[in-house]
Amino acid sequence: MNNPRQPTDWTAAAVARRTRRRYAAERRFRLAGLAAVWLSAAFLAWLLASMVWQGTSGFRQTRITLPIDLAAAPLPVTPAQLRGRGADLALAGAGLDALVDRAAVRTLGPGGDALISDGAWLVVRDAIKRDPALLHRRFTIAVPAASAIDVAAKHDGTPAAEAMVATLDARGLLGIGWSGGFLTAADSTDSTRVGIWGALKGSLLTMAVTLALAFPIGVLAALYLEEYAPRNRWTDLIEVSINNLAAVPSIIFGLLGLAVFLGTFHLPRSAPLVGGLTLALMTMPVIVITGRNAIKAVPPSIRDAALAVGASPVQVVFDHVLPLALPGILTGTIIGMARALGETAPLLMIGMRAFIASPPGRLTDPATVLPVQIFLWSDDIDRGFIEKTSAAIIVLLVVLLAMNGIAIYLRNRFETRW
Amino acid sequence: MTPKISARDVSVFYGAKQAIDHVSIDVDRDTVLAFIGPSGCGKSTFLRTLNRMNDTVASARVTGEILLDGEDIYASGMDVVQLRARVGMVFQKPNPFPKSIYENVAYGPRIHGLATARADLDALVEQSLLRAGLWDEVKDRLSDSGTALSGGQQQRLCIARAIAVDPEVILMDEPCSALDPIATARIEELIHELKGRYAIVIVTHNMQQAARVSQNTAFFHLGRLVEFGATSDIFTNPREERTRDYITGRYG
Repeated sequence: MNNPRQPTDWTAAAVARRTRRRYAAERRFRLAGLAAVWLSAAFLAWLLASMVWQGTSGFRQTRITLPIDLAAAPLPVTPAQLRGRGADLALAGAGLDALVDRAAVRTLGPGGDALISDGAWLVVRDAIKRDPALLHRRFTIAVPAASAIDVAAKHDGTPAAEAMVATLDARGLLGIGWSGGFLTAADSTDSTRVGIWGALKGSLLTMAVTLALAFPIGVLAALYLEEYAPRNRWTDLIEVSINNLAAVPSIIFGLLGLAVFLGTFHLPRSAPLVGGLTLALMTMPVIVITGRNAIKAVPPSIRDAALAVGASPVQVVFDHVLPLALPGILTGTIIGMARALGETAPLLMIGMRAFIASPPGRLTDPATVLPVQIFLWSDDIDRGFIEKTSAAIIVLLVVLLAMNGIAIYLRNRFETRW
Repeated sequence: MTPKISARDVSVFYGAKQAIDHVSIDVDRDTVLAFIGPSGCGKSTFLRTLNRMNDTVASARVTGEILLDGEDIYASGMDVVQLRARVGMVFQKPNPFPKSIYENVAYGPRIHGLATARADLDALVEQSLLRAGLWDEVKDRLSDSGTALSGGQQQRLCIARAIAVDPEVILMDEPCSALDPIATARIEELIHELKGRYAIVIVTHNMQQAARVSQNTAFFHLGRLVEFGATSDIFTNPREERTRDYITGRYG
């Protein structure tokens, strides 16, 4: 070599400058990453806080204390009638609702019956059923207030309602307390009587159908495609189709469910069975795709090891591959199920947006689901539904968190430590 | 004495590419046969034809005849599951199941129905671990995960797993290449002890190892069997120049 290379001067200013620039770049990257994490955490915290802030009052109820005098005007009901199934009918037939309304007018003045909830007499009815001695006594009882009073007492209502609340409060008749009714009742036209249980039960039934179909079919499809299917044009086509299916907008699945399950098979409208079938169609591709990835991630050496001791292909799959892939498959399943739980659009198509005032008892009963219920309530003009909407969102989030918790537990349980 | 395995004119193709070209070789009973040769010469491929592990490669095609006790293992009536029980295999990288030590050894006997009663299975596991020289090290922690053992112990566990199904032949595909010298020495000792009971075929990159453990040696090059004979002859007095060049380290 006629032009020998000079030794590099590692102490030169240019080297120091490069080092400084490198450090600065690392710092910038770290700060940007931190900022991104904090930003998303802040949004999440804001969302949760505002939901809890607005929603908790949905679990509370404004009550008005009314004196009920059954000693002066006894109901034509015998204690014997209060036992058994006929009690509700007997008390309704005896004019208890009119009696409660009259008590409201007497205590609260003209128009007083409009200040208590339409369902106020039901509270009185249940109290009498619990304690038949009340039939001949004078007693006071706190009954739910009407929606306008409830809203005015909790937040800000119309000027008239605000004035009424102030009056009632001054007379010591007003109280706000926790109410379990929201968690046990179903939908209603009266915001003071609505509950989430109908939609929650509808969601649970729908999810059960979805899981029962999508999980086994999805896992078997993933196993077959990964472990058995020959690689050829047909399997390529199937793979592309499944990937595309996972990207299809959910409302299309609703149309498919409408056409196939309702149109062709004439299954009942609005039923959790049909909702579950429709959502299973939507969830299955997700399970197949994540399942295949989890199966692919099982090291080939484990398959070799099992084959070499003379395990048959089925034994290899069910003794080794599936158990090792299970945590990944479960993660995918939960992602798919969480998506299905929050899905509204396809269920609207198959009629699950109907007004359903009683919780579904069977898979074929009409039902609605949590997100649809939230959507319906958010549309209601009664201001009392605002807090109910937020409360329903809290319930939906709690169900989602519970599902994720179960998934994490299962994953850790089945996780193999290498 | 008839050979345990006798391969006649075996060729292996991966798609259009020929990996093994008309190899004929005999594996004797109760001896160790070593396959040596440079990387990519086809020795591992040939080893995997002996228990039909090549079946798992979709593009692989085998022609010729491989007789196990006179029976063609590529014949249509041959049950691959039983074949692999009779011809066990130990791999290059230790690959215990991510299960307990006990389960690793018990898995084979269980799926083949060799032991049904718990006590029989316990005895079989103990015997297999004893023969693999691992019993004393693991007898107090049989329920620990097999993957928690050291590399050398894992490989002996894999050998115990292979012999638990009572094979007639054990194929070893570079069983020591991922192990340190001390663990390697343990495995070599073990091969010495096992050879009285099983026919062993071992692929190795380590010429000293081939010389130490085997009675017969086959030298492969570019998919062909170049030379096959008694280990002492191959290493001291090879007939072929290519063999001499390889064992003296000219290439490889």
